[in-house]
Amino acid sequence: MQLLGIIISLLGGGVLALLVGRQSASASRWLSLVSLAVASVFYASLWFDTTDPQATSLWLLHMDWPWIARFGIHVLLATDGLSLVLIGLTLVLGYVALLSAWHEINHRCGLFYLNFLFTLAGVVGVFSALDLFLFFVFWEVMLVPMFLIIAIWGHEGRRYAATKFFIYTQASSLLMLAAMVGLVLLNQQQTGVWSFSWFTLTQTDTSGSLGMWLMLGFYVAFLVKLPGLPVHNWLPDAHTQAPTPGSILLAGILLKTGAYGLLRFVWPLFPDAASTFAPIAMGLGVLSVLYAAKLAFAQNDLKRLIAYTSISHMGFVSLGIFAWNHLSLQGTVMQMVGHGLSSAGLFAIAGLLQQRLHTRDLDKMGGLWGQMPKLAALSMLFAVAALGLPGLANFIGEFMVLLGVFQVAPWAASLAALGMILAPVYALIIMQKGFFGASLGTQTVGTTEVLDLNTRELLMLAVLVVGLVLLGFWPNLIFTITAAPVDYLMHLGKGG
Amino acid sequence: MNWLELTSLMPLLLVASISVILLLLLAFVRDHKLTCWITCLGLAMAAYWAFADMGNAPQQVTPLLIMDDFSRLLGGTVLLVSLACGWMSYAYLETADEIREEYYILLSLAALGACVLVASNHFASMFIGLELMSVSLFAMVGYMAHSKQQANMTLEAGVKYMVLSGVSSSFLLFGVALIYAYAGNLNIDLQVAADGPRLQSGYLVIGSALLLVGVAFKMSWIPFHMWTPDVYQGAPAPVTGFLAGAVKVAVFAFAMRWLMMAQGDYLDLLLLGLTVMAVLSMVVGNLLALRQNNLKRLLGYSSIAHMGYVIVTLAASATLGATAQSTALEGAAIYLITYASMTMLAFAVISQLAARDRRFESGTLTHYQGLLFQQPLLAGALMLAMLALAGMPLTAGFIGKYYLVLVAVDSQLWLLLSLLVLGSSLGLYYYLRVILVLCKAPVGDSHLILGASEKLLLMLLVAVTLWLGLYPTPVIEWVQFAIQ
Repeated sequence: MQLLGIIISLLGGGVLALLVGRQSASASRWLSLVSLAVASVFYASLWFDTTDPQATSLWLLHMDWPWIARFGIHVLLATDGLSLVLIGLTLVLGYVALLSAWHEINHRCGLFYLNFLFTLAGVVGVFSALDLFLFFVFWEVMLVPMFLIIAIWGHEGRRYAATKFFIYTQASSLLMLAAMVGLVLLNQQQTGVWSFSWFTLTQTDTSGSLGMWLMLGFYVAFLVKLPGLPVHNWLPDAHTQAPTPGSILLAGILLKTGAYGLLRFVWPLFPDAASTFAPIAMGLGVLSVLYAAKLAFAQNDLKRLIAYTSISHMGFVSLGIFAWNHLSLQGTVMQMVGHGLSSAGLFAIAGLLQQRLHTRDLDKMGGLWGQMPKLAALSMLFAVAALGLPGLANFIGEFMVLLGVFQVAPWAASLAALGMILAPVYALIIMQKGFFGASLGTQTVGTTEVLDLNTRELLMLAVLVVGLVLLGFWPNLIFTITAAPVDYLMHLGKGG
Repeated sequence: MNWLELTSLMPLLLVASISVILLLLLAFVRDHKLTCWITCLGLAMAAYWAFADMGNAPQQVTPLLIMDDFSRLLGGTVLLVSLACGWMSYAYLETADEIREEYYILLSLAALGACVLVASNHFASMFIGLELMSVSLFAMVGYMAHSKQQANMTLEAGVKYMVLSGVSSSFLLFGVALIYAYAGNLNIDLQVAADGPRLQSGYLVIGSALLLVGVAFKMSWIPFHMWTPDVYQGAPAPVTGFLAGAVKVAVFAFAMRWLMMAQGDYLDLLLLGLTVMAVLSMVVGNLLALRQNNLKRLLGYSSIAHMGYVIVTLAASATLGATAQSTALEGAAIYLITYASMTMLAFAVISQLAARDRRFESGTLTHYQGLLFQQPLLAGALMLAMLALAGMPLTAGFIGKYYLVLVAVDSQLWLLLSLLVLGSSLGLYYYLRVILVLCKAPVGDSHLILGASEKLLLMLLVAVTLWLGLYPTPVIEWVQFAIQ
């Protein structure tokens, strides 16, 4: 029940926020916080609840109701350790994004929090739905509120960016729908039963050329979301134009749904096709790592720069998944969490700077360390997290991915390791241009009022810092939870 | 005609009686509200009868009409669409400087024609139904001829529709004549009379092709779509709703029945023609919609595209074996029902807005700017309609699209499937444009107040659109039951 509790409390909170938002903006803020808190309580009780009779060591929870009997479609929600970690990340970043929205979003608050909470609910649904039809529904439904967040509260080029984001994702997911229907029909021909259940469909024999086509349908949809070369083009626009909470949700969580899809669906459903295709996918991953890092270095717009670093980091995820061994998969999960925290931190910083300086242009910044030391120090921390400094979560993730990939494809690991050189270049350029050097800040800012972080902002960033450091020093926190699910997925994907 | 035949024909008789009652009534009382009530009640009763009759044995009523569950299901749908049209027409006509009551006679006649078309399994009744519907629609499209604001456009639309409908009818009639020359009778299942004048099958091929052209005009499949945008824009909003909803459903139902029964080598030719039209409609229809600045025009092109998508089910039903055929038929019925619900939702919003200010239907999209913040209910409903037309899950549109993909994969129509994906992706752009306009910062104030009955209509249509998307099981079971 807890999963449903999480989803319903988020949806209900959203509707209530819309209703009270007409009277009072701050009421809708607090209400969103409360509904997030309620969702977190449900989430916490997931960990301690051992009464569910259907729970096994692998699946903590398992809910199953019939929905559309004609096609054997069920409302099937289940969580294993992998989903649990990602739902946890979703809720944590939900708080961070909510705090960043607190003062940034000033108009039409009720509607904003409706969309905000609905996006979260959609993402939680994506991470827990194990009926492919239901998964698809959540996958698409989380788009609409995100689209509205970008289109209504975004920056100057918001409509273009929002439309691009929506069309890329929706068009690719139509391919996934076709592939999904193809898979279900294949299963129906083999067994005579209509089913969209992940548990049934992983038993389907998908070897053969049809399996390859179906796999590609799924792969393209997830690659767009991830995003990876050559379908990454929507991301820089969407991330740059979204309001700060939107960017945090996009980079922190929505990208992870693509990675999750590759992990959960592509390999287990199509083991043969995926292993045949793996070299190409890894090649694209390496290209993403290097090309996006190069592009990031060339950006002046701070948010755009961070957006490109996301593509680069997601290249590692793509690599890790298609290497498909225990080490690389564990590393991938860590990379997902680490990138979620660090990119959320960087986008939050970019938002804070924009609020203060009214610009995202790095060339107009400079010498900010003197004016806002706390903010600068935290930026430094997120920047070095992004470049993979040992002691922070991202390092563990990237290192393990490279180790795992090296066992399978040494060439890919060697090339991707070059990314470790490019990462400091783009991460440090942020610090160099923005916080060191001659102080251009006073001209841009033009005021002498206190600009450094206030308590709310400090709290927001502290959550991320604690997460990064904790996982950097104690990665087993996550590895112990995800070990069993990763092994199970590997068993389904017939990996080593 | 026995009692059983009479009762199964009851929906048609009820609709026919509406027009008679109204004609008589208008000789004594002119009351807009009363007229509208009688029409809506009559249509509701007829629809109820059609649905309640489902499950009874098929009745062939004279050689002309067959009342099977397929007729009852889609006939009922057509009647519900007409009911929604009548309902939304009230507010619209209230603000028109025009004689109002005759409109409802035309509406009920058009609905009758559509029902006859759905139930016909004979080329004569098909022609009667089609003409009854079209001739009533000429007058309805041009109904605002005396209005100062609308006269030009509505007359242009009316004349255009009349001329092109006349042309298409003549194609169709000639096609029917050639088929008759081949088969010796007018049954659509083409049972060739043993002693008939049996001519070469060339007559059949050409006749069928001409018949298909006639159907394509009504369905506005490209390249027979030229009239659509102008007529959609010029006609009064509720009439456009009827054109987009009821007419398409009725004509498609006939096409489905005809092609399911067609067999033989000439079928390949028809399939080729259908595929070409599907490809063109999906791609060109969506492309032409991209830059439209009038919402009704945009919806006109969007309906071209949607009718292109649904050809997938026709192509599937004409090619394959019995099980695949029943899936295709199920898909077609579901698609038409979902399409009708979301289209009516869109046109209900437009006609309620246009009832206050005609610029909402004749002007550019900018009139809708910021509507979300001024009229949350109306704009929310329009947004839902756009999302549904774009095929988002949890709305009716997704279930329809899902069925099309299923049918296409099942019948291995890869070309049509890939164009379906391409077309839907293109389509997103203009649906999103409408949504973006609704979300922009509003200009000026808006003082629209909706009446209770208008709100109720909106709520009902929103509920149906969501219900079909959220829990389609009952409707699917119902449709399966109907096509067995």
